[in-house]
Amino acid sequence: MTKQTVAQRIGAEPGRITRWVILVVVGLVFAIPIVSMIEFSLSSNNGHGYTLDHWTGLLSPESARTYRTLFQGIGNSFLLAAVTVAIVLVVLLPTMILVHIQFPRLRRVLEFICIIPITVPAIVLVVGLAPVYGIVVRVFGGSIWTLAFAYGITVLPYAYRAIQANLDAVPVITLSEAARSLGASWPVILWRVLLPNLRRGVLAAAFISVAVVLGEFTIASLLNRVNLQTALLQAGQSDPWVAVIFALLALAFAFVLLLIIGRLGSVSRNRSAQ
Amino acid sequence: MTSTIPTTGPTAPSLAPSTGATVELVGVIKDYGAHRALDSIDLSIAPGEFVALLGPSGCGKTTALRALSGLELINGGRILIDGEDVAAVPTNKRDIGMVFQSYSLFPHMTALENVEFGLRMRKVPSNERQQRAVEALEMVGLERMAQRFAHQLSGGQQQRVALARALVTRPRVLLLDEPLSALDAKVRVQLRDEIRRIQTELGITTVFVTHDQEEALAVADRVAVMRDGVIEQIGTPEELYATPATAFVADFVGLSNRVSAEIQAGKVLVHGKKLELLGQSLPDGPVTAFIRPEDIAIESRGIPATVVSSSFLGSLRRTRVRLEDDSLLSIQHDVDTRPEPGDAVHLRLKGSPVSAVPRT
Repeated sequence: MTKQTVAQRIGAEPGRITRWVILVVVGLVFAIPIVSMIEFSLSSNNGHGYTLDHWTGLLSPESARTYRTLFQGIGNSFLLAAVTVAIVLVVLLPTMILVHIQFPRLRRVLEFICIIPITVPAIVLVVGLAPVYGIVVRVFGGSIWTLAFAYGITVLPYAYRAIQANLDAVPVITLSEAARSLGASWPVILWRVLLPNLRRGVLAAAFISVAVVLGEFTIASLLNRVNLQTALLQAGQSDPWVAVIFALLALAFAFVLLLIIGRLGSVSRNRSAQ
Repeated sequence: MTSTIPTTGPTAPSLAPSTGATVELVGVIKDYGAHRALDSIDLSIAPGEFVALLGPSGCGKTTALRALSGLELINGGRILIDGEDVAAVPTNKRDIGMVFQSYSLFPHMTALENVEFGLRMRKVPSNERQQRAVEALEMVGLERMAQRFAHQLSGGQQQRVALARALVTRPRVLLLDEPLSALDAKVRVQLRDEIRRIQTELGITTVFVTHDQEEALAVADRVAVMRDGVIEQIGTPEELYATPATAFVADFVGLSNRVSAEIQAGKVLVHGKKLELLGQSLPDGPVTAFIRPEDIAIESRGIPATVVSSSFLGSLRRTRVRLEDDSLLSIQHDVDTRPEPGDAVHLRLKGSPVSAVPRT
């Protein structure tokens, strides 16, 4: 039975016109705000005609002084992204591998724990985290990077899914047993055998964590920290153009990250299919 | 415990025949919660011997192999390799080679890199490592596939690379955990014979786990038949086939007809014919006798039966018949005799000795 006849039989596949209508509608929903933002960022101060001044102005020394908070927010967000990814790699990844190989019965428990943050609104999370951060500040000081402890929790559901999908696709237990029988120690197995085969999942988890951290506003705002989103809000109150330009750049960066994740996924699927 | 992986010097001969190691399992016990997977197993394997662990799923054969490899920790008993108790030695220090049931090549490495892996762990110098890996691939006939990745190899080729990888380090013991079960029938026979040839050439002590009795009988010096965590019988393939010690062994090794019979004065009385009893003598009374299909012939006179089905098996034919008491028998005969379902035939017991167990 051909693919088309199966689809017709079960009525699962929409017709060509329906597909195009859905594509155009969804495309417009995404494209209109982005095009509007681009159009706005190119508009002149008096609203007549277009100019690149708002874009080129960002590079001037004067802007560096004016938007110091914004550039600090960008720096902070990248630092937070790096520390959050480190937390994912150092804490979550080894835990998941350990549970997968040695304690498979705990897998459901771990999955439940990792999924919880997605069900808790950020505002509720902050209420819970506020007293905890009182202790964190006493122990580690009030540096911006400590916010990564909270972000490490918020990215758990996304990072868990990305890594688990890869763990399920690779015969981790057999590979590690084969390596042990050949004389490899656990650190060697992790570094030389498992990580190269979990590369796609780990990279996807890292990229999606970066995207989540760059877009985070609520926790940073309520805990009085400066990151990209809080700085954008602040900048937007005095200069709406620059806020829109940075929002566009953040969108473009997240888009590139998602493209890379998608590419990694397709490479993985092609390789499995061979 | 001083067990470490031996490293080899640059002048060490590669894949030279070895004398093999002795392997002993002494009272080995393995529990999974309340379930006892190995119940005080005793097994002694001579240097260079090829022993197959045979049994149905869940009998404990793979657990025994994994206990020997260190992948499962045991709850009691001792595991001795060349007299050294390795029960507490981790897998990576036991100096064993292992081939798994599922394909276990490292997907991100080429065949050559896979084979080199064990040598790399033993810190063998680069030149010697590569030379020995190539030799190991030559041994399994895959030197031309050295630069291919696992997904570019067939199942049989992957298992041959896995065999080369397990052997290249010259381990004390080679453990094979159903390495042929994922392969198709023809490749299976080829690789089975290749494993036996290489094992004989290298003289390495080998333990082979399988649920396929034909496979076990074809390659092993001795076969240990396992059931419910114990070894029911261990012996040469011929011993197991000709003199099964228990009903289970008779049933599992080869094909046997279970026939109601009587013990009379040390003989087995089956359908009016007295046959010699194999193994231990039994007291007079009802027994179940195990008669091989090749020990029954189709004749013009004898026990009346009706043909149920008949299958052509290449060099012989196997026919299933129903007796007047409604019991079914399998008969093995030459291909020239071609009974059709429904045909009335007569059977004759050839008179070969049979094994029997008391009927409960």
